[in-house]
Amino acid sequence: MTVPPLKLSGLEPLVITKETNFVNVGERTNVTGSRKFLRLIQEDNYEDALAVALDQVQGGAQIIDINMDEGMIDGEKAMVKFLHLIASEPDIARVPIMIDSSKWEIIEAGLKCIQGKGVVNSISLKEGEAQFIEYAKKIKRYGAAVIVMAFDENGQADSYERRIEICERSYRILVDVVGFSCQDIIFDPNIFPVATGMEEHNNNAIDFFRATKWIKDNLPGAKVSGGVSNVSFSFRGNDKVREAMHSAFLYHAIQNGMDMGIVNPSMLEVYDDIDKVLLEHVEDVLLNRRPDATERLLELAETVKGDGKKREIDLTWREASVQNRLSHALVKGIVEFIDEDVEECRHLFARPIEVIEGPLMDGMNVVGDLFGSGKMFLPQVVKSARVMKKAVAYLLPYIEAEKDGVRQAAGKVLMATVKGDVHDIGKNIVGVVLGCNNYDVVDLGVMVPPEKIIQTAIQENVDVIGLSGLITPSLDEMVHLAKEMQRAGLRIPLLIGGATTSRVHTAVKIEQNYTNGQTIHVLDASRSVTVVESLLGDKKDAFVAATKADYQKLREHHEKNRGAKTYLSLAEARAKKQVLDFEGKITRPKQLGITEFSDFSLAELTSYIDWTPFFQTWELAGRYPNILKDEVVGEAATKLFADAQAMLKQIVSENWLTAKAIVGLWPANSVGDDIEIYTDESIKEVLYTQRSLRQQLKKADNAFNLALSDFIAPKESGLVDYIGGFVVTAGLNIDEHVARFEADHDDYNSIMIKALADRLAEAFAECLHQKVRKEIWGYAADENLSNDDLIKEQYKGIRPAPGYPACPDHTEKIGLFEILKATELTGVSLTESLAMLPTASVSGWYFAHPDAKYFGVGKITIEQVEDVAKRKGERVEVMERWLGANLEG
Amino acid sequence: MPQHNIQDILKKRILVLDGAMGTMIQRYTLTEDDFRKGWFEGHKKPLKGNNDLLSLTRPEIIKEIHAAYFEAGADIAETNTFSGTSIAQADYDLQHIVYDLNYHSAKIAREVADEFTAKNPDKPRFVAGSIGPTNRTASLSPDVNDPGFRAVSYDQLVDAYSDQVRALIDGGCDLLLVETVFDTLNAKAALFAIDQVQEEKGTALPIMVSGTITDASGRTLSGQTTEAFLVSIEHMPLLSVGLNCALGAETMRPYLQILNKNSRFAVSAHPNAGLPNEFGEYDETAELMGAQIKQFLDEGLVNIIGGCCGTTPDHIKAIADLVKNYEPRRIEL
Repeated sequence: MTVPPLKLSGLEPLVITKETNFVNVGERTNVTGSRKFLRLIQEDNYEDALAVALDQVQGGAQIIDINMDEGMIDGEKAMVKFLHLIASEPDIARVPIMIDSSKWEIIEAGLKCIQGKGVVNSISLKEGEAQFIEYAKKIKRYGAAVIVMAFDENGQADSYERRIEICERSYRILVDVVGFSCQDIIFDPNIFPVATGMEEHNNNAIDFFRATKWIKDNLPGAKVSGGVSNVSFSFRGNDKVREAMHSAFLYHAIQNGMDMGIVNPSMLEVYDDIDKVLLEHVEDVLLNRRPDATERLLELAETVKGDGKKREIDLTWREASVQNRLSHALVKGIVEFIDEDVEECRHLFARPIEVIEGPLMDGMNVVGDLFGSGKMFLPQVVKSARVMKKAVAYLLPYIEAEKDGVRQAAGKVLMATVKGDVHDIGKNIVGVVLGCNNYDVVDLGVMVPPEKIIQTAIQENVDVIGLSGLITPSLDEMVHLAKEMQRAGLRIPLLIGGATTSRVHTAVKIEQNYTNGQTIHVLDASRSVTVVESLLGDKKDAFVAATKADYQKLREHHEKNRGAKTYLSLAEARAKKQVLDFEGKITRPKQLGITEFSDFSLAELTSYIDWTPFFQTWELAGRYPNILKDEVVGEAATKLFADAQAMLKQIVSENWLTAKAIVGLWPANSVGDDIEIYTDESIKEVLYTQRSLRQQLKKADNAFNLALSDFIAPKESGLVDYIGGFVVTAGLNIDEHVARFEADHDDYNSIMIKALADRLAEAFAECLHQKVRKEIWGYAADENLSNDDLIKEQYKGIRPAPGYPACPDHTEKIGLFEILKATELTGVSLTESLAMLPTASVSGWYFAHPDAKYFGVGKITIEQVEDVAKRKGERVEVMERWLGANLEG
Repeated sequence: MPQHNIQDILKKRILVLDGAMGTMIQRYTLTEDDFRKGWFEGHKKPLKGNNDLLSLTRPEIIKEIHAAYFEAGADIAETNTFSGTSIAQADYDLQHIVYDLNYHSAKIAREVADEFTAKNPDKPRFVAGSIGPTNRTASLSPDVNDPGFRAVSYDQLVDAYSDQVRALIDGGCDLLLVETVFDTLNAKAALFAIDQVQEEKGTALPIMVSGTITDASGRTLSGQTTEAFLVSIEHMPLLSVGLNCALGAETMRPYLQILNKNSRFAVSAHPNAGLPNEFGEYDETAELMGAQIKQFLDEGLVNIIGGCCGTTPDHIKAIADLVKNYEPRRIEL
């Protein structure tokens, strides 16, 4: 009878057959092996700990090993918490989990958390047969595979004979006594260091290879695994030798049947790339081929220390044919030679249009394929587009000189950012990606009213309309536009994209309003091509039907969930407000009233930049700085970062942008959910009343239903408290530079400067907040935090921004801007949807209480909307529209 | 009690599972009193809609429904115990009634099944103890702001399922059916409980598991692909693995193909009568559903077939008439 394969699962299956290549187990989520991971767990920084897990999966780990065995932490608690969090990250949870612990309690706690079929690492006969059987039986009942260490009552197996003796005994007990499926048994026959200088270690590698072969030949179904880095322990500090040893060891172990192992992929050299002399020395040691093998390798190791690889600019591609050169320039995004190459190419073809249709489109197809298959990343594609645009611009006069030089595009797409919204980075990226795939893009720019979109769509006879928006009021604009399109009788498909948009919102709020055509949510730029292709191709009907069914399901699901959530009445929610202690916790600001910064130093801001969101803008996933070394996107990220640094340097040294800010600090008291802001400390005259929104979702008994007003001392306390407000911008003068880049067909730099200005504005908000804490208000005068600490929000007090989770009401920006005279003093204005212009701007409130923290108001009921409308003296319908995204239902 | 070995029968023919219980109960237009009669007269919480209680308060109705399905040609009846765990009953403050509820539900289904077997010994009827998913998920947080939170633990699920399983076995079930699995961790806890209880009781009732694919990408609510779901539960020696609910027969087909290809157990399906319309009603007719199920049979995808939400004896009759003409999917049990 043939043995079935070992099958494991996370959200997706992992089936290990004879044909499967070596299975790579991720090893970095292990507190005993990674100091960084240990530190993150100790600091309770699970967010970054999850990033480590995600990194591994994205780096190609097919299983992730998780170990929380460390005396300083509660291993059981940490294991459960981490596994729970992983379960809500589909990108991590897709792979099976290996629960790694020497403590049974931790293993069992872990087994109770994983829905897939995982692996227990490990059990052994160390504590005798009875214990071994008990654990194995439980593991079987929990439904996991198991790693068995070659270890028994007498200790760890250190010879070939002991290895096979223990493995055979363990196997027989598991299969015959416990009834364990043989394919679910994985042996770890102990990888020990070689070249230690001790003679008894000379056969450590060979014994492992032989034991592996014996297990595979004699114990049907059993697999072999092991921790590879152990073997090179003697050469710590010499990565070059270690990498060679790991690769050579794995090469031989796999030849002998090793199935899987814990390997750090960045510590592996390609076997065929190992220097032949080094390989020979390494294999002499591993295979114990000569008595002086260790001495010889040690000697050689001295000479190969360090990595001498250098990169020079390689211009050999210039020697290829002109078609190949164009293709190379497009894929690599090189603009230097494009004009001369296009000129040369033009003479090879009868008509200039053929240069575009031939070699240039061929090159762009290569780019499209590489991007589609995940081998190129967005910044590279945008660079390719720049090359293409330049080439086309060069040819255009020649094409126009001919009469009938019309190129056949794949389709025409209208792109616009909706009325009231000014954020266009995402829209521009989609435009570039579509352009790369031979679509004509009609870009109407930002703040485009619905009439203009509809009119242009008809006039230009476009095939698809793409809408983008970043702020929540834009969601409502999109609903409105969908209705208008319906009324105008359009049938053109409508694509929805942008940070606040979602599949659910599109399904529940937009799609039904436009039944003539199909509405589709597009998650990111990389999906836009597939979606547009599906809509214009012959599979359109199937695609539309599938989307319709999908959205119908989403609506039903949403409807079902809606009933499942319970809300407190406003009175009940208010009864659960957080009552803070204010006595002795209030610091009188050093500088009350308005403080202005009319031309802040950009150089000072650069050190406050949080780079992680910058990479997100370019659709590169990962955290800075690790992303630069990421196995998948590291190279693209490093190039992008270098370009960003170069431009940032120019922005600073040539004063491309101007940064301005305004801060106000005033006496204040809370009155119910309102915050009264006073002109002076006599608190007689109210300057402005901030209306806070309160959480209404029913929570655990001991949890609060928060509103920002909870963080300000109530009027009846008799204490005078304080509040602050601010507006910063780093985007003044950006338009002239964007225009300059666009005139040069340079989308790459046009997107780059916008992304950098956004980062500078956020950095400015961070820097100014620090100044406020330490100097202007001075409530944390002796604070000493690194930029990392700032990014992690470890400072005292908060700076919530209107329109964001803690105060989702955008209309509060109007009052904030008024009392700061912000438009007059900083040049930042508000659009009709209350987006800030320039876009690289941030505004918000300051709260100083040590217990003030960031929270999300979440969904609220119509009762609160009515209440806040009354408090603001505004019509309910108006507030309902502004708070639409937060209203339950 | 079961003189007939279901494994042997499954090799010879396709077995028919019954249809929806809730849809049939709706036809009786019951009032609050019907849910209390004789058992919960003074209970403080409203009980209407807690259909499982009818096995105690109006057993004749439940027996009538079982009989109607057997009459239509069903081989297997599911007990009226979909919400019969202390976790699901906690919403009604009826945790203490779990044993009675499951025991009596099993017992009345047993009685009706035995009557039909006696009438026609060539077509033995079976009772499957229905074990629902509970209303909580062990691998998902109900609170988006706190993804590490869990409303129920594995141990709580094992305890609750153990109580239900003991009573179902005591009441005389032939099979145990862990169904509508939307979170595989819940199902694994149920299987853990079944394994433990059967060891403690010395029984070996065959186990059926049926998952629910909730979206068009072919995944369970907890995010698993159909194949990953199968891998996660096949450590237990099951009688069958299958799919039910959520999707209509048509949309279920590609995922049954995956089970057909990968499962070493029998494959079951009990789809809804289409998808609910805008009023939440299932309006796919017996003919339409039959036509779609014919495709399953033409492709040889299933060993056990029946109906979930919205199906009636008419649907089951259409299915039972259809399967007579087909060979079952080949299995080694």
